[in-house]
Amino acid sequence: MEFLILLAIIFAVAFIVTGPLRRARAEAGVGPQLPGSRHDGGPSGDEPAPGSLKGDFERASALAELEAAREAKYREIRDTQLDFDTGKLSPEDFEALDAGLRSEALQILEQIDELRPPGQPARSEDGSRERE
Amino acid sequence: MALLGRALLILGLVVCLYGIGASVYGATTGRREWVASGRRAVYALAGLMTIAFVILEAAFLRNDFSFNVVAGHSSTTTPTFYKMAAAWSSQEGSLLLWVFLLSMWSSLILFLTRNRVREIAPYATAVLLAFAAFFTSLMVFPFAANPFTTSAHPPLEGAGLDPLLLHRTMMIHPPMLYSGYTLLTVPFAFAIGALITGRLNSEWIGVTRRFALAAWLFLGIGILLGARWSYTELGWGGYWAWDAVENAALMPWLACTAFIHSIMIQEKRGMLKVWNVSLILASGTLAILGTFLVRSGVLDSIHAFGASTLGVPFVALIATMVIGGVGLVVWRRASLRSDAQLDSLLSREAVFLFQNLVLVAMVFVIFWVTFFPLISEAVTGTKVSVGPPAFRPFIVPLALILVFLSGVGPIIAWRRVTLANLRRNFIFPSAVGLLTLVVLLVSTDAVARPFALMMFAFGAFVLAAVAQELWRGTSARRALTGDSPPLAFVALIRRNRRRYGGYIAHAGLALMLIGVAASSSFAHSSDVILSPGQQATVGGYTMRYVRPTERATFTSQGEVAKLSFGAVLDVSKHGRHVTTLTTTRGFFPATADPTVGPISVAFNGQADSSVGLRAGLTQDLWTVVNLNFQPIQSEINRGDGVFTKLMLSLTPAQVRQPATLGAIRVERARAIAGLAARFVNHPWPVNFRLIVSPLVTWLWLGAIVIATGGLIALLPIPALARRRSLEGVRRSPVGAPPIAVGERAAMHESA
Repeated sequence: MEFLILLAIIFAVAFIVTGPLRRARAEAGVGPQLPGSRHDGGPSGDEPAPGSLKGDFERASALAELEAAREAKYREIRDTQLDFDTGKLSPEDFEALDAGLRSEALQILEQIDELRPPGQPARSEDGSRERE
Repeated sequence: MALLGRALLILGLVVCLYGIGASVYGATTGRREWVASGRRAVYALAGLMTIAFVILEAAFLRNDFSFNVVAGHSSTTTPTFYKMAAAWSSQEGSLLLWVFLLSMWSSLILFLTRNRVREIAPYATAVLLAFAAFFTSLMVFPFAANPFTTSAHPPLEGAGLDPLLLHRTMMIHPPMLYSGYTLLTVPFAFAIGALITGRLNSEWIGVTRRFALAAWLFLGIGILLGARWSYTELGWGGYWAWDAVENAALMPWLACTAFIHSIMIQEKRGMLKVWNVSLILASGTLAILGTFLVRSGVLDSIHAFGASTLGVPFVALIATMVIGGVGLVVWRRASLRSDAQLDSLLSREAVFLFQNLVLVAMVFVIFWVTFFPLISEAVTGTKVSVGPPAFRPFIVPLALILVFLSGVGPIIAWRRVTLANLRRNFIFPSAVGLLTLVVLLVSTDAVARPFALMMFAFGAFVLAAVAQELWRGTSARRALTGDSPPLAFVALIRRNRRRYGGYIAHAGLALMLIGVAASSSFAHSSDVILSPGQQATVGGYTMRYVRPTERATFTSQGEVAKLSFGAVLDVSKHGRHVTTLTTTRGFFPATADPTVGPISVAFNGQADSSVGLRAGLTQDLWTVVNLNFQPIQSEINRGDGVFTKLMLSLTPAQVRQPATLGAIRVERARAIAGLAARFVNHPWPVNFRLIVSPLVTWLWLGAIVIATGGLIALLPIPALARRRSLEGVRRSPVGAPPIAVGERAAMHESA
């Protein structure tokens, strides 16, 4: 009985672990692997249109970093506002800081726009609830 | 089922090795199906370890003593709750718990990041699986600790759980600590992945930040539970002894505290990249070191290192982590350059930096003093003993600075502040701190303990600073929304969980350290020997020994399970009754020692204490009884002689008769009970430790407040509130000109 249970477990493990490989083999006629393609065995993000494999991957990584930086900058803007509201910043300091932060945020947004293919909507970090 | 359990461990190891290979192969060749397969190996490992853990728990619950670990750590009389928890009271079970928890957290982080940090995640997967492979191999290979080893001739009864562990707090303590340790491996693994790939911006921090915070929370809870157990169970009257095992958990917690603060600076300013990566690598290494210290027994003696089968593998792992981590940081030092500079020493960034230095200094001190005996023994051959006095000269001043900074941080802005603003924000908290100092100087003898006095003043400063921040934030929220104060307060915290969760945790730290300072500096303690009717005075309280108590409990087979001897004390002050304290000392039979006589066995086994405690907001009244059996030793010896002679006089036929042995057992139990009853009928003097300790409850309350703050900071904002908060950024919370994402004209105007 234990042997049968073990066999079943081994089979299940092998089936689960090799799932992506079997799927990739079944779709082998699609062409080169693309970042975020269905060959990764899970739900895919909205990755850029085909280009060079390395280039697409670099662009996706840079985009992800910029989006993280954007979220951090939004948090910093809110934190500065809250610092001003709670009296930790003088009006002059607040205006200077706020303007600087918004300028930095604008630069990040422009970099994101340059990297993101036209028509692709803005994407929140998938699965992330990190917005403070 | 033991065979299945062993097979699952081997299968788990194979899956780990496969997953490591698949992840690295997928990462280096860009073949994402192999990366996904590596991730699925983690999920599969989680499934395997869950089944293995269930098998082990089931063995404990059904008293399957064919499992050596069950026979060694449980018995038919062990209560069900403790049977379930007994699994991790053993070396073998605790290793399985480690891998189980690691596989769970690893599965969670990899599921959450399945479409993010795509370059880093495969290497992080490989690192997490490497840890799992290490701990699994400790259970699989013959020299180590397999929880599924069996005996061909299982005993009818198990050895039972160590009496000191028959305490609910102590049973939850290991899972909390291990959760903390295993959660720390997650940011560690992603840091390694970030270093390998060179993706060293804040994205890897963003995805692992909550795991670091959760690790901090669980480790803190585990440490607190251990302190509580020490205070209520061990019978010495304290909650922290700077024991090596305690320090083993404290060091990674302190390092993690530094990390969760300094990552905020990297997220905001792109600064401290080297520092952060080094901190989390150190935290992860200290977590493994902590596991090693507890499991190997090496700090009892360096000779235990060689005797322990786990010593060499652990040292090899720790060395690999240290050398590998340092090597990666040096290799990537160019990419780890800061994006910005510190604008001003009058800034929150600067305060965080100082706080980090203090925390790391504390870790260094604790590490050095903890390991000094080991190093000394290795070098000189002489074992040196160090205790709390070795730590205090360094830790106390550092703790004072830490508390002060935890008050400054909330009331100082990011980037820079003007002196005028600084004055405005410091007035109220400083006034409260000074007032506290003056009141204590005038009305108490606190001047005799200057460090404690400073801690009270700094603690009051922190509490006032946090209260000021909550007040001002609530007022700002009310000005914006018109909400009532309670609604505005709740909304303020809900929308700014990281900030105000942190502030609440700081307030908890102040409460806790005030409690520590008071209880360690102003406690009154006395060890006395009393007979019934006698009394002693301690800390202004009179404690009278009213009467002894005694209780014998038996197993279903009529054997003695436990003898409890106790005392009832009446506590009064200025002639008025305050409370009644009851304390006991329990003795478990020394069944494992064949040299002990049949009557002595009931009086010479392991012992536990149940303290008499009356906890209050201002002070605790604490007592414990300790006794020896010298007054009845002659009767015990006589009983040993009688029953030994009786057993030797039995013929083989009589020995085979259950009725004969049963009758002897009943008579022996009766004799033991009769001797135990002498303690009540003809009581003899016993030792009491009597303690009056101020503000101990503040320690526990402060810890609860810290945990609450941490939990608030940990919880994610629900999706609806996240959209609202982004709208808040676009509109600005107090009606400043709107900045709409994508509205470039508005952004240009504002800039």
